Amino acid sequence: MINQLSWKVGGQQGEGIESTGEIFAIALNRMGYYLYGYRHFSSRIKGGHTNNKIRVSTTEIRSISDDLDILVAFDQETIDVNYQELHSKGVILADSKFNPKKPEDTLASLYAVPFTEIATQLGTSLMKNMVAIGATSAVLDLDIQVFEVVVREIFGKKGDKVVAKNMEAIQAGFDYMKEQMEANVPTMVLEKADGKHRMYMIGNDAIALGALAAGCRFMAAYPITPASDIMEYLIKKLPALGGTVIQTEDEIAACTMTIGASYGGVRAITASSGPGLSLKMEAIGLAGITETPLVIVDTQRGGPSTGLPTKQEQSDLMAMIYGTHGEIPKIVMAPSTVQEAFYDTAEAFNLAEEYQCPVIVLSDLQLSLGKQTVEPLDVSKVEIRRGKLVTDELPEIENKGYFKRYEVTEDGVSPRTIPGMKNGIHHVTGVEHAETGKPSESAANRIAQMDKRFRKVESIRFNTPVYKNAPHEEADLLIVGFNSTRGAIEEAMIRLEKDGLKVNHAQIRLIHPFPTDEVLPLVRSAKKVIVVENNATGQLANIMKMNVGHAEKITKYLKYDGNPFLPHEVHSKCKELF
Amino acid sequence: MATFKDFRNDVKPNWCPGCGDFSVQAAMQRAAANVGLEPQNLAVVSGIGCSGRISGYINSYGFHGIHGRSLPIAQGVKMANRDLTVIASGGDGDGYAIGMGHTIHAIRRNIDITYVVMDNQIYGLTKGQTSPRSAVGFKTKSTPMGSIEQSISPMEMALTVGATFVAQSFSTDLKDLTALIEAGINHKGFALINVFSPCVTYNKVNTYDWFKENLTKLSDVEGYDASNREMAMQTLMKHNGLVTGLIYQNNERPSYQELLTGYSEEPLVDSNLNLDQAHFDKLVAEFM
Ligand SMILES: Cc1ncc(C[n+]2csc(CCOP(=O)(O)OP(=O)(O)O)c2C)c(N)n1
Ligand code: SF4
Ligand SMILES: [Mg+2]
Repeated sequence: MINQLSWKVGGQQGEGIESTGEIFAIALNRMGYYLYGYRHFSSRIKGGHTNNKIRVSTTEIRSISDDLDILVAFDQETIDVNYQELHSKGVILADSKFNPKKPEDTLASLYAVPFTEIATQLGTSLMKNMVAIGATSAVLDLDIQVFEVVVREIFGKKGDKVVAKNMEAIQAGFDYMKEQMEANVPTMVLEKADGKHRMYMIGNDAIALGALAAGCRFMAAYPITPASDIMEYLIKKLPALGGTVIQTEDEIAACTMTIGASYGGVRAITASSGPGLSLKMEAIGLAGITETPLVIVDTQRGGPSTGLPTKQEQSDLMAMIYGTHGEIPKIVMAPSTVQEAFYDTAEAFNLAEEYQCPVIVLSDLQLSLGKQTVEPLDVSKVEIRRGKLVTDELPEIENKGYFKRYEVTEDGVSPRTIPGMKNGIHHVTGVEHAETGKPSESAANRIAQMDKRFRKVESIRFNTPVYKNAPHEEADLLIVGFNSTRGAIEEAMIRLEKDGLKVNHAQIRLIHPFPTDEVLPLVRSAKKVIVVENNATGQLANIMKMNVGHAEKITKYLKYDGNPFLPHEVHSKCKELF
Repeated sequence: MATFKDFRNDVKPNWCPGCGDFSVQAAMQRAAANVGLEPQNLAVVSGIGCSGRISGYINSYGFHGIHGRSLPIAQGVKMANRDLTVIASGGDGDGYAIGMGHTIHAIRRNIDITYVVMDNQIYGLTKGQTSPRSAVGFKTKSTPMGSIEQSISPMEMALTVGATFVAQSFSTDLKDLTALIEAGINHKGFALINVFSPCVTYNKVNTYDWFKENLTKLSDVEGYDASNREMAMQTLMKHNGLVTGLIYQNNERPSYQELLTGYSEEPLVDSNLNLDQAHFDKLVAEFM
């Protein structure tokens, strides 16, 4: 019995690779297993190698697995590109149609299964994916009935016949493989799962759900990988709540329209990836100086420019903290799990209104697109706090004076009125302004307003600015990361502890303003610190050095080839330090 | 009821004496009063330029944004609160150079706002460079040998991208301009009003006198029919774009908000932000 399995299906893009993985994963998720799926895809729509690697476990997981148990291949390229991940007892299930050849330097076994041929005999070659699922089930000794409901959900609209045909294809694949296996294939039988129903979703789903839970009613966005899912989800769901999404002509419009809606009093969001964020920079400064709440999601991908548009990277950190000319208060948060993505996105709306400034929710491709089993989300935990938004009737202002929208207050936050409110009229401008919003270039006013704006974030309250798993008062090693590196670090940590090292782990969730108070004690109490990040310059490590010092202790572990960290990589890199 | 005086504030415009923008400001204030608005129900969103300062000179909610982006901000405000009257405003550089993409798409989108462009054929605020409205041969600081680029015809452009309200005026024609802004506000959809608003400091060619000499009022064009797009186009071409009045209006095409599925009849800003448990459970179930 095994408690973990790693399965990968690969072929040419446009061949239905994704749906094969989906059917397999959804069925297992419903059995109560924890799933973690990561797609490798190119930015082409048709053609080009694509694969979907799915990890199945009886315990929660947040990382791609180090190796592979089963590889389902629809072409030779899939074998050639991926076979090295297979361990010695691994199995390749390949379509006999392309005469699969097993590379010499692997101990894994190869089975040519007539996926296409069986499917064609049953009616259409399109069902070759189903045959492959059947063959996989044979290796896993899985009851194929678990696929029935999923197949019905997907093909039910096409009629009972189609459903039956597809189930037949799964059965045929199962039977064929069982026969082959009699002799020598090792069966990989998963331990029973707990049978609980949990969600299976990508980080972008959680971000969008978080926005809905927070009362977001408007989104303006321009499509881009890996952010588009957020807008596509909200386009489907907002109308039921009276709201809407506008696909704008570019990201400058997306950001400024969001600012307009937010100034108008509605909770609004925009989401993009690096190239879009670059275009939004001027508008972010506008939100900063006009103190307009603004929630922006940045799902990082490989940069610069178009870079590696469908690959993992975490290289926008500095740009998000410092981006825009001039100086503004800003909040940058970085959820490290799908659950955190939900709660943090919802909280971003509160912080944006409480501190009247831009809030950037940083994600990365692995977190945004990695599809995984998620423990229940509790919508009742989502608070709605609107800060100093004026709700009471206001007294008449004499001589048509303006409302002091930028009143200099102790905490720097000023009362906020929105258009339509009587006696709340004021001016808003990106030009430096006095308390009423009217332009002012006086030196004293400039200092008063700059100081006021920066005072706001001094007091920022954020529930858990750092996710900490720090069992040791004195540690040999502190591992630090942000966003999706959490899963690989967690698994590496378990292995390092087994090796006898005392390891603490900190995943930074509030990137800016940096939670120095929380991080410094951890750094102090560790002999060594390693910062794990998907970029080439060590941006988080540099930010840490700036804020907590101890540069001599800090080692960078960087990966910028477009791929997420694997647990064993983090494990061996950390071991090298000792 | 508010009068045009209620739309005045105590800020003294920093426009040069004689600048055309003064009259545009006056027309906007009068139009707002004439259509029966209260100051708190009007939002004026403007770009950057001499003209862009206008939002600070009107007693209403005002948003002076960034160069070229008044339209997306204004559309966002309107989407947030459909009960507000939203006027976007700015210069010819703001709307037809850096913001041209937004202008075209705002026209196509047809959200119910009014856009008033103060067209002086020059960049005023940056002290006299060429604009997309400058004529070929026009000498400026950035075109010392005369502009060699074709100038844009915003009215013809608007007609080709699906505009439902296209008008042009001259800042000194206060009565006509006021009436056009009123009509723009009352129009159910996006209204583009291009206003010749002379820059007395940097444009010594397109002066008040020049416009007086060269402009033709559409009311003087016999048989002119503003519901006829083809006639509108022909007339513009014939007069090299130098006409004033209502050029084209299409009352049949519904506005963006009317076409939008599910969009709240109540202003979005009034919606209850709490997502109830049942609704959330339904959303979550789709992922199980
Ligand atoms: C992104 C950006 N680029 C350039 C400028 C400088 N700038 C300010 S206004 C302006 C042009 C103004 O011309 P126009 O829009 O015609 O307005 P006018 O001053 O003539 O009313 C320019 C180039 C700016 N503020 N922002
Ligand atoms: S520079 Fe020209 S456009 Fe600007 S205020 Fe003076 S006259 Fe008006
Ligand atoms: Mg101009």
